[in-house]
Amino acid sequence: MKFSERWLGEWVGPAPDGAPLVDRLTMQGLEVDEVVPVGEGVSGVVVGHVTSVEPHPQADRLRVCQVLAGGEPLQVVCGAPNVRAGGVYPFAPVGAQLPDGTRIRAASLRGVRSEGMLCSARELGLGDDEAGLLELDEGLSPGADFGALAAIPDRIIDVNLTPNRADCFSIAGLARDVAAAAGTAVQPVPVPPVAAVNDATIEGRIEDPADCSVFALRVIRGVGTTARSPLWLRERLRRAGIRAIHPVVDVTNYVMLELGQPLHAYDLSRLRGGLSVRRALAGERLELLGGESVDLDPEVLVIADAAGPVGMAGIMGGEASGVTAATADIVLESAAFAPSAIAGRARRFGLQTDASMRFERGVDPRGQVPAIERATALLLAITGGAPGPVVVAGTPPSPAPAVTLRRSRLARVLGIDPPVEAVTGMLARLGFAPEALPDGWRVSPPSFRFDIEREVDLIEEVARIHGYDRIPAAALQAPTRLGSAGEGRAGTDALRAALAARGYREVITYSFTDATLDARLGGSGSVALRNPIASDLGVMRSSLWPGLVTTLKHNASRQQSRVRIFEVGRCYAAGSAAGEVVERAVVAALAWGQPLPEQWGVQGAAPTDFFDVKADLIALLGPGAAQLAFVPDAHPALHPGQSARLVDGDVTVGWLGTLHPVVARDLDLAGAPVVFELDLALALRRSPARYVPVSRFPAVRRDLALVVATELAAGAIIAAARSAGGAALRDAVVFDVYTGGKIETGLKSVALGLILQETSRTLTEADVDLIVGRVVQALARDCNARIRE
Amino acid sequence: MSDLDALLATASAEIAAASDLAALDAVRVHYLGKKGELTARLKSLGALPPDERRAAGQVINEGRDRLTALLDARRASLDAEQLAASLASGRIDVTLPGRGQEPGGLHPVTVSLQRIEAIFRAAGFAVHEGPEIETDFYNFTALNIPDNHPARAMHDTFYLDSGRLLRTHTSPVQVRAMQSAGAPLRLIAPGRVYRCDSDMTHTPMFHQVEGLVVDRGVSFANLKATVHEFLEAFFETPVKVRFRPSYFPFTEPSAEVDLQAADGRWLEVMGCGVVNPKVLANVGIDPEEFTGFAFGLGVERLTMLRYQVNDLRLFFENDLRFLRQFGQLP
Repeated sequence: MKFSERWLGEWVGPAPDGAPLVDRLTMQGLEVDEVVPVGEGVSGVVVGHVTSVEPHPQADRLRVCQVLAGGEPLQVVCGAPNVRAGGVYPFAPVGAQLPDGTRIRAASLRGVRSEGMLCSARELGLGDDEAGLLELDEGLSPGADFGALAAIPDRIIDVNLTPNRADCFSIAGLARDVAAAAGTAVQPVPVPPVAAVNDATIEGRIEDPADCSVFALRVIRGVGTTARSPLWLRERLRRAGIRAIHPVVDVTNYVMLELGQPLHAYDLSRLRGGLSVRRALAGERLELLGGESVDLDPEVLVIADAAGPVGMAGIMGGEASGVTAATADIVLESAAFAPSAIAGRARRFGLQTDASMRFERGVDPRGQVPAIERATALLLAITGGAPGPVVVAGTPPSPAPAVTLRRSRLARVLGIDPPVEAVTGMLARLGFAPEALPDGWRVSPPSFRFDIEREVDLIEEVARIHGYDRIPAAALQAPTRLGSAGEGRAGTDALRAALAARGYREVITYSFTDATLDARLGGSGSVALRNPIASDLGVMRSSLWPGLVTTLKHNASRQQSRVRIFEVGRCYAAGSAAGEVVERAVVAALAWGQPLPEQWGVQGAAPTDFFDVKADLIALLGPGAAQLAFVPDAHPALHPGQSARLVDGDVTVGWLGTLHPVVARDLDLAGAPVVFELDLALALRRSPARYVPVSRFPAVRRDLALVVATELAAGAIIAAARSAGGAALRDAVVFDVYTGGKIETGLKSVALGLILQETSRTLTEADVDLIVGRVVQALARDCNARIRE
Repeated sequence: MSDLDALLATASAEIAAASDLAALDAVRVHYLGKKGELTARLKSLGALPPDERRAAGQVINEGRDRLTALLDARRASLDAEQLAASLASGRIDVTLPGRGQEPGGLHPVTVSLQRIEAIFRAAGFAVHEGPEIETDFYNFTALNIPDNHPARAMHDTFYLDSGRLLRTHTSPVQVRAMQSAGAPLRLIAPGRVYRCDSDMTHTPMFHQVEGLVVDRGVSFANLKATVHEFLEAFFETPVKVRFRPSYFPFTEPSAEVDLQAADGRWLEVMGCGVVNPKVLANVGIDPEEFTGFAFGLGVERLTMLRYQVNDLRLFFENDLRFLRQFGQLP
């Protein structure tokens, strides 16, 4: 909510401690978003009456005016199109200063002397209206101080009201709150009733009191059609972000700002019969002010005359019944619509208005008649007219039940125990009518508060008015509990550190991705967003690869020749139950380009391949790596000959492979990266070590040169060797693989090292021969392997 | 000059001339070896009359000792020369860079999350996680944000076709923790959250850490101390903090916390408040017996302040030139 600082200042007066209004607002929960100066630096500007306008002898677009500004008539050269004899404008005489710092001096314009400057609103820092000179009321005395008239300098304060504070949506409400904290009295504007001078009325009817408690109407006949709202009113509206349009509309807006009660004005001649507050019927249509038409339904509360809806209640009036320049007889409407009947509708139709914002939060159901009286008084002063009596349908709802505030509870929740009188005073200044009890207060919430239902609501009020900054901080006391330092699970942080130590850099990518990319990388895209922020962020990712690949592309196109990245996060899939989504925490990595950074003394190696990344993956797993099987298998995102399904027991826990060259090409990648993704729980699985005695006897190594079929997996050779070797075979390692040369096509040579050791004795030559013989036999049988000569 | 003196002079000259250890050893063998010339002279002493033998022996032995000392000195000198030559040839350019893998590093948001967790774990807070895809109940209703509540407009929520939603804050984790563990409770809940909003200062995904303490006798005064201590621990410097009243449906009283920047401006860093008794009652905790406080902080916001990053969106572009500036391993 925007408003003039001087306007609020008139209601609250200065703070006893001299604190600026802006700080006071902020520190009691009325957050100031922005402060904009108005007419800053203006001095010496007065009211000027133009008595004559003559053409400039040398310039077609300039005029020579005689201006009365409190002394001798002055000659002023003016270029504004709207200057006219008899006009009254702000006048900056010689010596006056404008907001941009310009000091006015006597000057000669094309040979004609000019003793000052007639001003536009823009030149005085009063808005961007460039239509010409600012027109002032003709009744103002020449030479009167313009600064006092326009209430400058001033500042526009924009307060961001939280949804619970319905009561502060007006100058009156803000003033009440600010004064309550300062311990000062509000100086409200008096609102005496305006007596009816005729008996013109229009019937008002409420169909359902749950939608609207009070519906007040007043007819005013003979409203002047030529009047303009005075400068002070237009400026207060402008500083609140509202354009002056028409005195009737301006006054309704002004009273809304001042008292918080939105008003609406109808052209009486354009209404058919009385007005009723009712739900719209299905199929009804309404053309709103401004010309937009909306289709209504029973969700929407409307004001209707005999012919149908004339306005969306509390949101916006209809075009057909609105006030125009020709309107003479008007109807003022002042209603208390229920928040439940308004909330959500404005958003639904995209019509958030000053009125709807107030009704959604709630308006004081006792404020309708004062508002209509205040509007009548203002309007009569501006436009004249003959008011009829105020007709009120409905009654205000019964007051909200009283709430008990215990002093002990106040102390427990806030950690302070303010004196009884202090609390009583705060509550009283907020309008709560507190009644003292032995341990606390019985408090009746005023009709303008919609947020006081329970004790804690009052505690909040006390905290706010007392001042959060005056509540001392007190260290939290809590019992000590020892945490675990379990070895059953590595921390995610350790996993990240391990990847970082192997040259990977962590990235964080969005959890939603492009459906096509997700599918291209093997995802199902089964979890789609109904309202994505962008079409290429439409599905929850099925794996982390889309984010990694996108990051690779981003960096590759920015001259990065080597990308090693990882992410820890969740991916998403539809579950078995309807609507259920399974979130899976995974770790994924991507490596592209050379395995090592460019450096001296190292020959340019081949690009990172499957085995480089496999080693990184194994390094993450610790001892658990032994249980993980790398099963050759096809994945739509991966090279069919370079992909492994990661299997733990019989559960698939991830994939490792080179990106499919076709996928890489389609994504415009220069060379396919190697990627993996692994179930996070598995990556973190650890178990405490269990000691195995170290043999005191020497180990023996025998190397075998085997020739096997090309497609035979090294894993199969090792498995066969292990099972045949028994306990004495400590390890079996493949230390070389090659094809070509003397090896026939379709075959490959595999060098297998066998490490043999017993814990209880030194192995004899005969023992070793026996075990190696068994292994060779098993390899021949299971792997069709022969020993190379 | 005697014959012996001539021999010693020759030997001394040969020792001085020996240019390496092998040559020196040859000299040693030639004179002092088993068949060396000096050794032969000692052996020949036996042929002298006994009364001359002693004096002659003494002379020869003195000569032998002199030669031995010369040999040792020359050997030491040759050793030193050889070492110096070997060291000289082993000289490297120590200003060349080291070889091998260059370390990667952690994302700056992760670094902040790790630090926040460490600060709270040290004070006995447990770390809880929860689903990112939530039901309306956990994200809103249980937190005292019923349908049509204006506060729902403050959360631009992503919805799935099923009606489930992406959590707009990590507060649902509080609710789940209170349901399963009951009171007393001390926890933080870090994680990703989502809002349908994207501009200079908003990304549709960001990270929050929610904190919750529920115990007997916990007050707003404790909240103030905890938040202030946390901010000083996070920024590793004394900070000026102000608490100003605000509104969240799940806490009452509620506050926004502002941190004073070097230039005097107040920067909003987190929201907090005393847990609304309705929220406690919703999960079956007696609000008369227990009170609590909660706070929620934006991790990106704190990270931006800590590292002077001026554009939120950089965190999710993952440009390596940006990321390399952060999160080096210790």
